[in-house]
Amino acid sequence: MSESGIGAPVRRTEDQRFVTGNGRYTDDINVAHQTYASFVLSPHAHAKIKSIDTKAAAAAPGVVAVFTGQDVADAGIGGLICGWTIHNKDGSPMQAGGHPALALDRVRYVGDHVAMVIAETLAQARAAAELVAVDYDILDSVVVTGKAKDKDAPQIHDEAPGNSVYDWAIGDKDAVDAAFKAADHVTSLDLVNNRLVPNPMEPRAAIGDFDPGTGGYTLHTTSQNPHVARLIMSAFLGLAPEHKLRVIAPDVGGGFGSKIFVYAEETLCVWAAGKIARPIKWTSSRADAFLNDAHGRDHETMAELALDKDGKMLAMRVKTVANLGAYLSTFSSAVPTYLYATLLSGQYNLPSIYCEVDAVYTNTAPVDAYRGAGRPEACYVVERLVETAARELNLDPIELRRRNFIAEFPHETPVIMTYDTGDFGASLDKALELGDYADFGKRKAASESGGKLRGIGFSTYIEACGIAPSAAVGSLGAGVGLWESAEVRVNPTGNVEVLTGSHSHGQGHETTFAQFTAARLGIPMDQVSVVHGDTDKVQFGMGTYGSRSGAVGMSAISKAVDKVIAKATKVAAHLLEASEGDIEFENGSFSVKGTDKSLAFGEVSLAAYVAHNMPEGVEPGLKEGAFYDPANFTFPAGCHICEVEIDPETGTTEIASWVAVDDFGTIINPMIVEGQVHGGIAQGVGQALTEGAVYDADTGQLLTGSFMDYCMPRADDLPSFTLGFTETVCPSNPIGVKGCGEAGAIAAPAAVINAVTDALNIKDIAMPASPATVWQAIQSSTKQAAE
Amino acid sequence: MYEFDYHRASSVADALSALGKAEDGTVISGGQTLLPTMKQRLASPSDLIDIGSLDELSGISADGNGVTIGAATTHATVAGSGDVNKAIPALAALAGGIGDPHVRNLGTIGGSIANNDPAADYPAACLALGATITTNNRSISADDFFTGLFDTALENDEIVTGVTFPRADKAAYMKFANPASRYALVGVFVAKTGEGVRVAVTGAGEDGVFRVEEMESALAGDFSSAAIAGISVSSDGLNNDIHASPDYRAHLIGVMARRAVDAANG
Ligand SMILES: Cc1cc2nc3c(=O)[nH]c(=O)nc-3n(C[C@H](O)[C@H](O)[C@H](O)COP(=O)(O)OP(=O)(O)OC[C@H]3O[C@@H](n4cnc5c(N)ncnc54)[C@H](O)[C@@H]3O)c2cc1C
Repeated sequence: MSESGIGAPVRRTEDQRFVTGNGRYTDDINVAHQTYASFVLSPHAHAKIKSIDTKAAAAAPGVVAVFTGQDVADAGIGGLICGWTIHNKDGSPMQAGGHPALALDRVRYVGDHVAMVIAETLAQARAAAELVAVDYDILDSVVVTGKAKDKDAPQIHDEAPGNSVYDWAIGDKDAVDAAFKAADHVTSLDLVNNRLVPNPMEPRAAIGDFDPGTGGYTLHTTSQNPHVARLIMSAFLGLAPEHKLRVIAPDVGGGFGSKIFVYAEETLCVWAAGKIARPIKWTSSRADAFLNDAHGRDHETMAELALDKDGKMLAMRVKTVANLGAYLSTFSSAVPTYLYATLLSGQYNLPSIYCEVDAVYTNTAPVDAYRGAGRPEACYVVERLVETAARELNLDPIELRRRNFIAEFPHETPVIMTYDTGDFGASLDKALELGDYADFGKRKAASESGGKLRGIGFSTYIEACGIAPSAAVGSLGAGVGLWESAEVRVNPTGNVEVLTGSHSHGQGHETTFAQFTAARLGIPMDQVSVVHGDTDKVQFGMGTYGSRSGAVGMSAISKAVDKVIAKATKVAAHLLEASEGDIEFENGSFSVKGTDKSLAFGEVSLAAYVAHNMPEGVEPGLKEGAFYDPANFTFPAGCHICEVEIDPETGTTEIASWVAVDDFGTIINPMIVEGQVHGGIAQGVGQALTEGAVYDADTGQLLTGSFMDYCMPRADDLPSFTLGFTETVCPSNPIGVKGCGEAGAIAAPAAVINAVTDALNIKDIAMPASPATVWQAIQSSTKQAAE
Repeated sequence: MYEFDYHRASSVADALSALGKAEDGTVISGGQTLLPTMKQRLASPSDLIDIGSLDELSGISADGNGVTIGAATTHATVAGSGDVNKAIPALAALAGGIGDPHVRNLGTIGGSIANNDPAADYPAACLALGATITTNNRSISADDFFTGLFDTALENDEIVTGVTFPRADKAAYMKFANPASRYALVGVFVAKTGEGVRVAVTGAGEDGVFRVEEMESALAGDFSSAAIAGISVSSDGLNNDIHASPDYRAHLIGVMARRAVDAANG
């Protein structure tokens, strides 16, 4: 392996600019004659808008325009959409209410968009926004997931009676019910998957620009998928035809899902830029980001696992209520269904599974995909059930898992997934070894002698990445296919631009994709640059989420590289006066087998552009594109082991150690992969121990609206992680990669809570298991023990 | 943030006269509380009078009786001060545990106590050590200074100039940080001075910092954590929020007090 070959821990080339403050984010960009937008947000969780008086705002200093929902509706601009139609049990499509970019007659959550004020300066826009007088008729609100369908809950959308978005199910109910009847043991748990606020470091931002000369619009925005944003804005919202709308997502400072979606603000910046014929800039404040970036998770679940007396799993039954917030965000409907229930088989041979999901509207921020999207929720259900079952059966949790691991591939689960490959025992074994499981008892005793409670928790997770085979997701209701595109442009001098439809917002694609391409072409890495995030440069792409950029995006690059090599081989054969079949391409050099005749890659590319001497019928130039549509999902899997030490006096949980052994298939750059695992675990630990969005049950106000109350995990909340890898090469894509972006966030919450409940010797504890929550649990269990 | 006029005061007297002239003026010291509030548009002073860089308000002096800290002295300076570390190491440690390096390099003791945030750290030290707060026109004992939630004995337009802390025989501060803000969820300062033993609690009380007299008298007889092990603090009047119930706060007061006594005993 060379220093920058596939598998080498090459340092991220983009970091130089990021850590020296030379990144160019949307807010760093300024356009001549730019104006600034500020939005009037609803202070109420649920209210009728009786009237909006914009006169004072419009007359305020510097104000260019004030728009309300009526203006947007009058212009014929469509509402924001949800791109995935889920069907109810009876086969009818889901009940979706409208989502006007600016509210018309009703606001449905605190932070809902009511009016847009545009002024010469940001301060003027903000000051004028305070002058917009909205007369509200306050209505009752409901924010709690489990109460949305109560009889006395207020109706949020007329289109969705009883606040039901859909009632959906997957699996064989009769088979599951029969298996439960015959079971020797049933483990059941009521679980809450807490609501999270994504909090990427860079808040969302947008600059809408209109060129009256060409009639073209340009949008700079913080997007994970600029082409999809353009498609939605063109085809569904009717802002401008695709060829008249350029969407640029420059450097983006983290997304975690929250920047996949098309929101009101960027939509309105594009539309209003046309109205006022001037550019409009908007940058979210952190406070607004808390209120109206799409949140994540928020499930209430009843889960049951049936086993026989030997601990063999027989069936699983799950009933989940998923809170989708006040409006359906872009992909929200798919998250608690196809990204969730399809993973309930975990790593286990489960003959039958039945899962019902009721999705509900509430007076809260929209909920959509957040790092892991559905799969952390699934892993939490499965791994909490398994660990609890082991405790109830008095079995070592390792042993219970081993007895039920899937060992033969391909394996079809009862919830429509076909696992292609894996070796669950291998990652478990390696994790046990790295974590020195054998000596856990000694560590527990040492903790106890220091007055601390020690616990251990496992999470043997699986996830589905590389989304997704287009036809498969199409048959399940997706509005788009989930392939990826790439173009490899070789310049005459032999350096290369890789254009990708994936988007990097922290993942290090500029490094990984260059490393991969350079290795394939046998040229130095610095001869390759990666271009992404601009609809005028990259023809089309589906963007980055669901750990798809390696498995899908890089596979498209791989296909395009194949085509480049094929064409270059033709040219080389011609120049070397050999037959194509005799040409070998290795280390950047085309040579004639068994001779010392060869040409370097750059010599061939130059010849292709000079084109004085091309083979018959071959076009000049060296540039190839490819679309890659995956044949299957990919299935990263592994084993995380968390050990915690709890101070019973204060309830403080410290993570004493963390071992993660992941099988991501082929690894291009282990340094980047480790970074992804670290970040994922940190977010998973955040969910388990510190984070949780709380709305006031009476007023619907977001109580955790800043970092003063919403607790992001900090470096000192985390241990130094011990990472290991096992490898089963993914058979469905040309590179063998599976994806690594979400694994940590998926595996971690269950590992932590399994460890905390082990330490406290209790069945369950709510997330986040904050010191207060842990202390309360200790009080309750000591009280119970005393009774 | 709304617009305001900014004045850099050249002296305390100059600051007072600028305050007198301003329509709705306020002094700014480190700005670590005031500026965030203004950014959230929750405060909109017409004038900011900056006293943060006044020489006469900054610096630390020590004598046999204790230390005097100028109002505009930053938390980082207090934390790193040889004088404070020698006379009352617990006070230096407290200052070193406020916020993050950014906050400690700008935030000041005068701003902290004038603000009297119920979760701030310094009020506990002031009350437990029996500090004296000096202003431009008087001295106020800590017992009289902290009058309630974000409320002090300061008159309008009165400027804190310094705080004098008596030397302690034994002292320690134990802070149980709010996991999100890392202000004190419960902070207990225990001090044994020439005047006796005091136990002051911040973070927990609805009205801000308060003393636990039952613990004080127990510790006066026997300065050991065992002496207060049996004392439970009532949860009446303690804060209830999403981070902690009154019961939990009451319990933590006991735990932090015992740990503080142990730490004070070395
Ligand atoms: C992220 C963060 C974390 C923090 N964590 C903690 C923590 O853990 N513990 C803690 O105790 N504090 C914490 N703080 C608050 C910090 O300690 C502030 O520095 C302090 O509360 C105010 O001091 P200041 O000098 O910044 O005052 P300013 O913000 O300048 O002023 C605060 C108020 O006091 C008034 N004032 C200032 N100086 C005087 C004076 N000399 N006389 C009269 N009035 C005056 C001002 O008019 C204003 O009303 C934190 C702050 C931040 C931003």
